[in-house]
Amino acid sequence: MRLYEWEAKALLAERGVTVPDGSLVTSAEGARQAAATLGGDVVVKAQVLRGGRLKAGLIRFASDPSSAGREAASLLDDRGGAEAITSVLVERKLELESERFLGVLYDLRRRSPVFVWSAAGGIDVEQDTGSDDVVSLHFDADRPVPAHELRKSLVQAGVTGAALRGVAQVAQAITDLLLLEDATLVEVNPLAQLADGRWIALDAHVELDSDALARHPELVSRFGLDARGDGDRVPTDAEQTAKAIDGLDHRGVAGRLIEFDGDIALVMGGGGASLTVFDAIRDAGGSPANYCEVGGNPSVAKVAAFTTLLLGELGARRLAVIMNVVSNTRADLIARGVVQGCVDAGRDPRTTIAVFRVPGAWEHESRELLADYGIEALGREIGIDEASQAAVTTR
Amino acid sequence: MSVLVDSSTRLLVQGITGREAANFTRECLDYGTWLVAGVTPGKGGAEVYGVPVFDTVAQAVRKTNINASLISVPPLLVLDAVLEALASDLELIVIITERVPRRDVAILLAAAETAGCRVIGPNSLGLITPAVCKVGSIGGPARDVGRAYTPGRVGVASRSGGMTTELASMLSARGIGQSTCISVGGDPLLGTTLLDAYRLFDADPETDVVVTFSEPGGDQEIELAEELEAMGVRTPVVGVVAGRFVDEMPGTRFGHAGTMVQAGGLSTEEKVRRLQTAGVHVVRRLSDLPGEVARRLDTATEAA
Repeated sequence: MRLYEWEAKALLAERGVTVPDGSLVTSAEGARQAAATLGGDVVVKAQVLRGGRLKAGLIRFASDPSSAGREAASLLDDRGGAEAITSVLVERKLELESERFLGVLYDLRRRSPVFVWSAAGGIDVEQDTGSDDVVSLHFDADRPVPAHELRKSLVQAGVTGAALRGVAQVAQAITDLLLLEDATLVEVNPLAQLADGRWIALDAHVELDSDALARHPELVSRFGLDARGDGDRVPTDAEQTAKAIDGLDHRGVAGRLIEFDGDIALVMGGGGASLTVFDAIRDAGGSPANYCEVGGNPSVAKVAAFTTLLLGELGARRLAVIMNVVSNTRADLIARGVVQGCVDAGRDPRTTIAVFRVPGAWEHESRELLADYGIEALGREIGIDEASQAAVTTR
Repeated sequence: MSVLVDSSTRLLVQGITGREAANFTRECLDYGTWLVAGVTPGKGGAEVYGVPVFDTVAQAVRKTNINASLISVPPLLVLDAVLEALASDLELIVIITERVPRRDVAILLAAAETAGCRVIGPNSLGLITPAVCKVGSIGGPARDVGRAYTPGRVGVASRSGGMTTELASMLSARGIGQSTCISVGGDPLLGTTLLDAYRLFDADPETDVVVTFSEPGGDQEIELAEELEAMGVRTPVVGVVAGRFVDEMPGTRFGHAGTMVQAGGLSTEEKVRRLQTAGVHVVRRLSDLPGEVARRLDTATEAA
């Protein structure tokens, strides 16, 4: 779960990392006042949950309070992106000597957290892969990293003199943040050296482990993380409704909705099968209205509400229900749910459900139930991609 | 033959009194798995479908002859359950629980490595050696398991639990049986990756072909491809790579550090290309899988 820049910087500042003077504002007038308080040149930075802001024009520069206000107004009015901008960070613009990159994350192959330092920072750092200036240090996840290990690694990377202690302190802060606050990624890019020799975090990117939020109730309430989706994308209204539907009860999953603009609504699951079905529908020339993952054993009410959402709010014409051979998902409960969902949306199940292919547990009961509505359930002898093909060609 | 689980597997279930755990305990017993003990702190002395429940793993070890554990406890309790199992020198730990915090997984995997214990998962549906031993809810109730999984010479390793059963069902329908089928787990950080599973199958004289199922994200496919390129393909691999559409979705970018350290954020098409270059037979359509596996089995038989 990605944090906003100002949130990430607040966490770093609490661990002793210097960040630029600045304030978070939600209006042009607020930005003007903030710039006046700071005095001199300022940077106006849109607070959005994605990277590449400079190239996208979401970071602006201003030399006086009134132009800071104008830049903030234009950012706050920006409706071009997928994500509305509701706040901007106004910071003092600084004279810099040099820029570096440092980060911590989990190395999946080594199954270990790793600290990474690059002598080259800035916006093009991702193109610098394989550079000799990049060093990494794998460390144990079960205790804070000893400071001397970080210093040793930095010395190997050629960090010496006055810089060593300053950079090592930032390194300690981000490794502690990863372990103690259950982050999965912490990046400071760039970490810059000021003319007076101090090191300062100009930008920061923190991803928290959404599976560990229960251990950090103070972060959840402080930043309102309950309402935030995973990843860089802000959920659409329908996607938020789907999340609420999935929360109706704790039985199974009927959610992870992602909206697309096609005409075939998909009820599918679990994760691997959903990916397979979505690919197969597109390979067959079809256009899905949504992605989703239905798994475990969701209640009839949940599946019904989810189906109604797909047919109503998303306006899909037809419904395809396709799953892998199920073990603990009950095919008959899925059948009852989608039929109920059609009825609730004011649609005829027989003409709406183009395909129903949920072989496995309680398959026989689902077959009988659907036959009552004039729908023929497909068995496991019809493959996932054949069922998807049928969903596209059925009129 | 088989890998990891067979007729000598004597299974413990940690968290056995939970609703889901009790369910698959019955399924495993029905299937013939040698499931001999359960642990739930505070429920010692109880029974679940005739299986004795103990308060601690140490007690279960003293009273029974367990050598493997299946863990199905709440996410924040998984780390402790694994450390408890490791203290009793078990050989295999299968973690069913999903949503285990990343840091806990890193700690428990490091501890398991030190102890020389194999971990499957987290977020695995389990594994099965058809007609011999089913560990976890994989395949569901015993009668359904028999419809999907049949004994034979193809090893299956899948990042999707549900698709493990779909793949086995497709193969069985074509008369192709399986040696062992492993749901390696859906998490980014896993005890046993596709490459680890491949190594196990490759060392098994009675596995002739390996089937892998891949999803977007992570680095497992590249890890597998690099190994196959370096060592050469010994046991043929047929791969399914799901989620090509994800390549076109915005907002799934990895961070800079990810790019540098783990080559993260590779597109699905790139994974397919790397696997193919390494000699993996990647099928474009899922329904092409049984035919492709049959061809590889024929070749393997001719060579033998």
